[in-house]
Amino acid sequence: MPAPSGAVTPSWKLLLTLGAAGAASGLAIVLVYTATLPRVEAYEAGITREAIGEVLHAPARSDTLWLSGGALTATRPVTEAGTVVERVYRGYDASGAATGYAIEAVGPGFSENIRLMVGYDPAKGALLGMKVLESKETPGIADSVVGPAFTRQFTGAAVPVVGARPTPKGPEPGQVVMITGATISSRAVIKAVNRTLERWEPLLARYESGLRRTAAAGDAAPRVAATATLPPARKN
Amino acid sequence: MRGVPPPEIPGRRRSTATEDLLRGIWKENPTLVMLLGMCPTMAITGSVRNSIAMGVTTAFVLILSSITVSTVRNVVRHEVRVATYILIIATYVQLADILTAALIPDAHKALGAFIPLIVGNCLLLGRQEAFSSRNTVWRSALDGIGMSAGFTLGLTTVGTIREILGGGTWLGIRVLPAAFEPWVIMKLPPGGFFGFGLVLLALAWYYDLKKRRAAVQAAIATVTAPARERAPALERAR
Repeated sequence: MPAPSGAVTPSWKLLLTLGAAGAASGLAIVLVYTATLPRVEAYEAGITREAIGEVLHAPARSDTLWLSGGALTATRPVTEAGTVVERVYRGYDASGAATGYAIEAVGPGFSENIRLMVGYDPAKGALLGMKVLESKETPGIADSVVGPAFTRQFTGAAVPVVGARPTPKGPEPGQVVMITGATISSRAVIKAVNRTLERWEPLLARYESGLRRTAAAGDAAPRVAATATLPPARKN
Repeated sequence: MRGVPPPEIPGRRRSTATEDLLRGIWKENPTLVMLLGMCPTMAITGSVRNSIAMGVTTAFVLILSSITVSTVRNVVRHEVRVATYILIIATYVQLADILTAALIPDAHKALGAFIPLIVGNCLLLGRQEAFSSRNTVWRSALDGIGMSAGFTLGLTTVGTIREILGGGTWLGIRVLPAAFEPWVIMKLPPGGFFGFGLVLLALAWYYDLKKRRAAVQAAIATVTAPARERAPALERAR
C-alpha cells in the first residue's frame, strides 16, 4: 500500500485504481455469467420437464403454449429478449390425443412463495397431479406439503380443490386433507392451485374450442401447428 | 501500513509458513475462537451438507481474494484500499453465486440468499486487512486455506450437532434410531444459537480444564523444587 508519507496521493491515481478494479471485476463477472448461462438454463428446463412428466403422468410428448394478447398460441410471441412469457404445457399420449395441461402456480406460503406444477384435465375439470417445485416452508414441520402423502391427494381432485381438516372418518371423496401443524402451508398450496386454475381455465377452454373449430373446418390437424418445443419427459 | 513492512513487534517473531497455514484451523479458528462470520454460522448450519457447501463457497472466495489482494498490495493506494478489497471480495462472491448455480444447483438453492451475504462476512475483509495486504502471495494463500478450513470445520461442527439432534441423521445418513423423536427446534433458527452455544460451552470447558491442569502442574513444580535435592525419591514419584 504505497502512500508517500506527507505527500497526498493525486485524485486521478485513486480514480484510476478504483476504475481499473471495477472494470476488471465487471469483465470477470460478465465472462463467467455468459459462459455458465446455457448450463443454468438447461438445468431449469430439466426441472420443468421432469415436473411436466410427473403431473401429466409421463406423456408421450408435450407442447408449449404461450400466452399472448389474452389468448394461447402455439408459437412463441416475439418479445424483447429477457421478457418472461407465461406459458402452459399440453401433454399428449402415445396415440396423439391430448391428455391435459401442465401449469405452473405460485402462491405465498408461510415463509416465502411456493412454486408448484399442476396437471389439469379440462375435459373432466379435475386435476391430474401436483408437484411442488420450490418451497421454503419450515423444515421438519411444514415441508411435508412437498411429500407424496400430501401431493398425491391432488391427483383426481375436482376443481376448485376443497381442503379438509383431518377427521377420524376420513375425508369426503375429492377433498384434500390438510396437514396438522402445517395448516397455513396446506391452505397456501390449495389456494395457489385454485387461483391458477381459475385464471387459466377460461383461456384453456377458449383454446380448446378454437382447436375444435379449426378441426371442424377441415383444416390440417391442429396439433401439427403446435411446435414441439419440449422433448418428451425424461424417464427416471 | 505505509508501504513498508509492518514493524517488528518486540518479543514476537515472524510466523513460519506452517504457522500461517495452521493458525486458522485451531488457534485462531474464525468461527470457534474469533467468532467471525456468525451470520452463516446461525443461518445455514441446519444440515451438514449445507455447512460444507457454505464452507467450500467461502473458501473459494477467501483464498482467491487473499491471493488477489496480496498480488495488488503494492499497487493499491492506501486511501482506497478498503473499497478495492471489498470490490475484489464482491467480485468473487458474484462469481461463486453464478458458478454454484451452474455447477451445484441443489446446493445453490439450499443456500439461497446466503451466498450473496458472504460479501458481508467480516472474516473476508478482516483477513485482507490483517494479513494479505502485508504478506506475500504464497503466505496469503496459505492463510486463506487455513482460515477457510477452520471456518468449514466450525460450520460443520455446529451442523453436525444440529442435524443429529434435529433430524437424527448425519450428512443424510441415519445415525439415531428411527424411534428418536427429532428436536425440530434444532433445525429452526433458534437451533443455530443452541448448537453454537453447545460448541462454545464445550470449548470453554476444555480450555478451563487445560488451564487448571497447568496451574496444578506449576504448583506441584514449585512445591517440589526445593525438595528435589533433599529427596530424590520424591522426584521419582513425581
